[in-house]
Amino acid sequence: MGTPAATLSGELIELTVDSAPVMVGGRRGHAITVNGTTPGPLIRLREGQQVCLRVHNRLDEDTSIHWHGLLVPFQFDGVPGISYPGIAPGQTFDHVFTVRQAGTYWYHGHSNMQEAMGLFGPIVIDPAGGREAEPHDREHTILLHDWSDVHPHVMLKRLKQQGGFYNRQQQTLAGLLAGRDQPLRERLDWGRMRMDPTDIADVTGSTYTYCINGHDSAANWTGLYAPGERVRLRVINAAAMTNFNVRVPGLPMRVVAADGQDVVPVETDEFQIGIAETLDVIVQPGGGQGAEPQAFAIVAEAIDRSGQCRATLAPVSAPGLVAPIPPRRARPILTMRDMGMGGMDMTGMDMASGTLDLSAPAAPMAHAHHGGMKMRDKSLAPPGMRLGPGVATIAAAPVDRLADRPTGLEDVDHRVLTYADLKARVPRPQAPPTRSLDVHLTANMERYMWSFDGVKLSENPAPLAFRAGERVRVTLVNDTMMPHPIHLHGHFFDLVSGAGEAAPRKHTINVLPGGKASFDLTADAVGDWAFHCHMLLHMHAGMFRVVTVREAAA
Amino acid sequence: MALLVAVLAVGTARAQDVPAQSPPPPPPQEHAADALFDAAAMGRARAALRHENGGMAVSQVMIDQFEARGGGDYAWEAKGWWGGDSDRLALETRGEGAFAGRIDRAEVQAGWLHALDPWFNLRAGVRQDLAAGNHRTHAALTIEGLAPYWFDVEASVFLSTRGELSGRAEASYDQRVTQRLVVQPRAELEWAAQAMPSADSGRSEGAGINRVETGLRLRYEIRRTFVPYLGVAWERRLGGSARAARSGGEPASALRVLAGVRLWW
Repeated sequence: MGTPAATLSGELIELTVDSAPVMVGGRRGHAITVNGTTPGPLIRLREGQQVCLRVHNRLDEDTSIHWHGLLVPFQFDGVPGISYPGIAPGQTFDHVFTVRQAGTYWYHGHSNMQEAMGLFGPIVIDPAGGREAEPHDREHTILLHDWSDVHPHVMLKRLKQQGGFYNRQQQTLAGLLAGRDQPLRERLDWGRMRMDPTDIADVTGSTYTYCINGHDSAANWTGLYAPGERVRLRVINAAAMTNFNVRVPGLPMRVVAADGQDVVPVETDEFQIGIAETLDVIVQPGGGQGAEPQAFAIVAEAIDRSGQCRATLAPVSAPGLVAPIPPRRARPILTMRDMGMGGMDMTGMDMASGTLDLSAPAAPMAHAHHGGMKMRDKSLAPPGMRLGPGVATIAAAPVDRLADRPTGLEDVDHRVLTYADLKARVPRPQAPPTRSLDVHLTANMERYMWSFDGVKLSENPAPLAFRAGERVRVTLVNDTMMPHPIHLHGHFFDLVSGAGEAAPRKHTINVLPGGKASFDLTADAVGDWAFHCHMLLHMHAGMFRVVTVREAAA
Repeated sequence: MALLVAVLAVGTARAQDVPAQSPPPPPPQEHAADALFDAAAMGRARAALRHENGGMAVSQVMIDQFEARGGGDYAWEAKGWWGGDSDRLALETRGEGAFAGRIDRAEVQAGWLHALDPWFNLRAGVRQDLAAGNHRTHAALTIEGLAPYWFDVEASVFLSTRGELSGRAEASYDQRVTQRLVVQPRAELEWAAQAMPSADSGRSEGAGINRVETGLRLRYEIRRTFVPYLGVAWERRLGGSARAARSGGEPASALRVLAGVRLWW
């Protein structure tokens, strides 16, 4: 790490997966590298080109690379056991396809937690016409990730031994006496349910060093700007287990693309980026004539605030300039809304608006009543959901949270991006779905079990089957108290966030705790695809399904 | 009234918003990649994928108590398990003795652990007593888990090969004082349905509730897995057990300070 990542482009791109010892933030560990570095090189493509991504495996175990967000034939999607058998040691595999899109994406391993050990890198695709819908004068790729010298298998073991192993921000008696965190009454309520309101990230700054482009705060990755320039930051969350809050103190950010798809520019001061999401923002630092040169901090803070990483935007006239690192903010605490009780009050319902948009998200259950709600009311589980030890809670009254500020940013005193702020730049007619599918995101956080509908992939559940071309309303119901960035391979889906024809298209959606999120999916890519939580340890605990898309039988 | 109208309107919106329910297609019988790659290789890759995503076994060895007690005694209690989320091989050992003397009580258990629900496990197995004068073998059945308000609870019944029925119940609570300092009150109770004589008559157990022990341990987490502690334990033998203790020259009750370490991996 630390060396500037190379940029690769052209019609043949060679990537060699290997391993190397690395040292980041004082933590020495064993990393999986691409062409000798982690993060791997930037792959720069042009919309419409043909490309052969040739991957050599120099590890002594199988490997794979998935092109996250790229629309490719299924056999080149890079998931062993679904797309192809994987790449054996010493072998090479060519991924050959036409680039059908533009925008900011990334690639990562899909074998045996290699991604969590550093096998990832950015992909940028320039539009066919060469001109971005929202122009910029300069751009920087901002790849966020988390690094630990602890092997991810050991992390999984630790978390199964003790769910709160890495949480060093739990509530304490000292905190109670000092009047911090929850009052006694609430602590008792949560204790009765055996729920920890500080369980916001499974793996935290107690073991992670947070990085931007391979640099921790001290190493301070620096990108330059000339005053007045429009600087596009292509922000990619390539972390294994960390959702990040991102801000550039002193600069408003104009969000222009999400998951590589152009959106109507919207200005914000902070956003939370789920694992595997990408967000393009344009900032315009230091335009004033004769103003003192100024540096700006790009701050990526872990969602539980157990750590953060600072990079710097420095003026070309003073490239060594740094901005102050803002102090870490107080650790947030979960609420009843995060426990799936959002429908208990009526705050989720917009009573004021006189009109009802039929494309708007489903409103909270009108029959929800106050109090006395069970944490695990089996009658709320759909048929087919398995209610074993792996399902500790079922959201009693989950509300659509696409318009909610994300976890921990509910009360910050500046603008925060929500999914409802995203509107596709080019509207598309939204065909009505012909059926609906609910998928519950289920967990037992104490046992560290994670699944969809209570069934782990290891239990060999039937795939989620789609007919080619059919349009389905998929609703993800988060029965857990943690946000889950859920990723569908091979497709973009249209978020049902009330934007109508401007529904934003995404490949990954971070479903807030105790809430739900709906998207309409046109299953237009025949083949088998992975569908999983992008918290890698959740995925490896079983939160994963195969999606099949097939031409309907004659 | 406005609320009612809104609720009704939302209800209507929901009805219209839910798509017409065409049935989902049946899951395909074949795998797409099998048409392009060696089917045997794909089969192996699928098995590996399933194993990697939810099928991995893990283990734990937890030496919960490993302590010296005032009066020249020592005690230990340790558990281990290996397996998946719902079914595990479980081992347990506990005992106590005197540094200058011999082991007073010692047992090992081995069995199968099965998750009953999100919070509780069943353990079924065999318990072997090892201390001098007591070499009973028992069938052991335990319910253990996490009760509301974060209490760790455990209840066991034992049936010896001599047909004796006995049991044990325990509860503890970890109160975090700071991020590293934890105070743990703990209580344990033992009973027997009949007297259980020992070759060492001072160690014989009477019928009924024959032993109660409470303790308070103050632990400091140097690391999560390496936790020294100080504490006190008060033990009281009751009924026939108390009489047996006195006849063996020991007091029926004792309050002792203790120091030990909790370590696990």
